[in-house]
Amino acid sequence: MTNGVAAGAREATGPRLRPGFPGRLLALGHALALFGLLLAGAVLLALLAAPVILAALGLGQFLKYQLNHGLAFDGQDARDLFALLLGLACCRLVLPAALLATRRLAMLTRRLSAQWCGVAIAAAYTPVPVPAGPARQRGRRRLGYQQRMSWLLNDVSTWRDVLWLVVNLIVGWVLLLAPVMMVGFGVVAFLVPGAAAVPGMDGVSRWATPPAFPGNTPTVLLAIGVALVALGLGTGPVALRGYGGLARLVLTPSREAELALRVEQLAQTRRETLDTGAAELRRIERDLHDGAQARLVAMGLTLDAAGRLIDTDPAAARALLYEARDASARALAELRDLVRGIHPPVLADRGLADAIRALALDSPLRVGVTGPLDGRLPAPVESAGYFAVSELLANVAKHSGAGAAEVDLRHSSGSLRITVSDDGAGGADPSRGTGLQGVARRVAAFDGVLVVSSPAGGPTVINLEVPCKLS
Amino acid sequence: MQVVIAEDLFLLRDGLIRLLEAYGFEVSAAVDNGEDFMAAVRSHRPDIAVVDVRLPPSFTDEGLRAALRARAEQPGLPILVLSQYVEQLYARELLADGAGAVGYLLKDRVFDGAQFTDAVKRVADGGTAMDPEVIARLLAHSTAAEGPLGRLSPREREVLSLMAEGRSNAAIAARLVVTERAVAKHTAAIFTKLDLQPSDDDNRRVLAVLAYLGR
Repeated sequence: MTNGVAAGAREATGPRLRPGFPGRLLALGHALALFGLLLAGAVLLALLAAPVILAALGLGQFLKYQLNHGLAFDGQDARDLFALLLGLACCRLVLPAALLATRRLAMLTRRLSAQWCGVAIAAAYTPVPVPAGPARQRGRRRLGYQQRMSWLLNDVSTWRDVLWLVVNLIVGWVLLLAPVMMVGFGVVAFLVPGAAAVPGMDGVSRWATPPAFPGNTPTVLLAIGVALVALGLGTGPVALRGYGGLARLVLTPSREAELALRVEQLAQTRRETLDTGAAELRRIERDLHDGAQARLVAMGLTLDAAGRLIDTDPAAARALLYEARDASARALAELRDLVRGIHPPVLADRGLADAIRALALDSPLRVGVTGPLDGRLPAPVESAGYFAVSELLANVAKHSGAGAAEVDLRHSSGSLRITVSDDGAGGADPSRGTGLQGVARRVAAFDGVLVVSSPAGGPTVINLEVPCKLS
Repeated sequence: MQVVIAEDLFLLRDGLIRLLEAYGFEVSAAVDNGEDFMAAVRSHRPDIAVVDVRLPPSFTDEGLRAALRARAEQPGLPILVLSQYVEQLYARELLADGAGAVGYLLKDRVFDGAQFTDAVKRVADGGTAMDPEVIARLLAHSTAAEGPLGRLSPREREVLSLMAEGRSNAAIAARLVVTERAVAKHTAAIFTKLDLQPSDDDNRRVLAVLAYLGR
C-alpha cells in the first residue's frame, strides 16, 4: 500500500495495512466496525436534528396560524405552541450532550482512521473554558448551560464534526460496505450454488438456489463467485484508506482553527508564565528583605557600636566585631541559598546534565543519572528542566517511599527528553497536589509536555518533553 | 611558602594577599583569570595555588578547570579552591586523582584568618580541607549509607567527617572531647573497615575521605 496522498506533517503515522489474506479480511472487519460507528452517528444526528426541527416546525405553524387567523388562541394554536416548547425543552436537555457525544465520535473516528486506515487526522478544539464567577471560587470545573453551549457552538470544529455525521451518512457507507457486500454476495449467490452443483457437494444445495441467467454452469458460477470475493478482498484496504481520506477531508481542522487554538494556548501559557514570574520576584524580594538586608542593617549597627566602644572598652568592641563577622557569614549563607533557588551556579557552569548530577548527589535518595546529553541547551530550557527534576525528585523523596530513583536525560528528534522513575508506591496524580501541576506549567511555557504514569503500587514514571535546540 | 592566587575580584584578591602575607606566606603571583593562572603556575612552581572557581573570561567554572589542568601538568600540586558555593560534584572532581593535597572551601572561611591559613598549610602539606558545608550536606543523608561506609559506627563516621574537613587527630580529639589515643584507635578502625592497606598515614587519610565522599 503506497502512501501517495498529500504529504506533510499530518501524513499517515498509523501502522501500514497488513498485506495478505488475513490483513485483507481484517480490513473488512474494520470496515464493518466503522459502519457500526456510522450507525451510531446517524442516531446522534437524529438526536441533534429532531428537537431543532420540532421547535422550528412549531414556530412556523404557530406564526402561520396567527397570520391567517389574526391573533387568536384556540386548540390548533396550543398544539403548535406545545411543539415549539417541547422542541426547545429537548434542545435544552439533549443538545449539549449530543454535541459532546458527536465530538467523542469524531475523536474516535480520528483515532481509528490512524490505526486502521493509515490516515492520521489532526484535531483542534477550543479548550474547555475555566468556569467564571462564583463557580470558579467553589473550585468547580462544571460549566453552566450558557457557557457550555457558547463554547461548543463557537467552535468551528463542532460544526465540522456535525458535517462529518452528514457526509458519513451520505457517502461513507458506500466505501465501507461495497467490499463487504461484494464478498458476501459472491459467497452467497455464486460460490455456494456453484459448489452445490459440483458432484458430491449436493449437501449445500439447500443453502441457496443459483441465479437464473443463460449459461450458468457450475464453472461459470464458481468463476464469478471467486472473482467477486477476490474483488471485494482486493478493494477492501483501498476503500478503507479512501474512507480515511474522506474523514480527513471533512475532519481536518482549518488553518484558522489550528491557529486560533495555538493563540489560545500561547495566551494561557504566557499568562501562567507571567504569574509565576511575578510570584517568584515577590518571593525573592521578601527573602532579601527579611534575610540578607536585615542582617546587613544589624551589621551596620553592630559595627557602629564597636566603633564607639573601641577606645573605652577594646574587649567589648572586639566581641562586637566578631559578631558582625558572623552576621556577614550568615547573610552570605542566605544569599547563597537564594541564588541556588533562582539560578543554581552549577547549572550556569556546567549545563543541565552536570547540574542534575549535582542534584542527585544532594538528594536523600540513591539517584542514578543516565543518558547522553552533550552540549548545552537554551538557558531557559535548562533552568526549567533543572527545577522540574528538582521538584520531581523532592516529590519522590516526600511521597513515594522509594529508596532509589533514576533520571534519564537525552536530546532526540529536536526535543529534550527527561524521564524520572522510581520504585515507590505510585499513585501520583497531577490533578491533586500543586507540585506536578507546577512542573507541567513550567514546561508548558516551552510547548513541552509532562506525562505521568503512576499506577497504585508503582512504579512511577514521569516523562518530560521540551522541544528545543542542542548546541 | 610560595603561593599563587587566582581571584578576579580586586578587593578579595587584595584581601587574600594581605591575609596570607600577614601569616608569613609569600605571594609569588596574584592573577585574575584562568590563562594567567596557568602561566603563573608554570613559571613560579608554587607550594600551593589558591583559586577562585569562577573566573573570567567565561565566568563559569573556569578556575576549577584551570586548577584541574594545572594538577594534570604538575601532579600533586597542592590546590585550594575557593567558591561562593560548594557542590559535592566539584569536590569529587578535585579529589578524583586520589593524590590529596586538595582543599575546597567557601569564601566565607577567609573571615577567620587563623583557621583559613591553617587550611592552606594543611593542603600544602598534602592533606585535605573540605568545607564543613560539603560534609554537612553529605551527612544530611548518609544515614542509610551502603557498602563499606555502612560498617562504620556512628562515632567512627563522626571522626571520618572531621577527617574529611582536614582536621588532625589532635584537632579531632579536642573537638570530640576525647584523648588523642582514642581518636587514633577510631582512625585505625576506619582504615581497617574501609580496607585501606597500611601505608603512610596521610595517604590513607585521603583515601578514607575519598571513600566517604564517594559514597
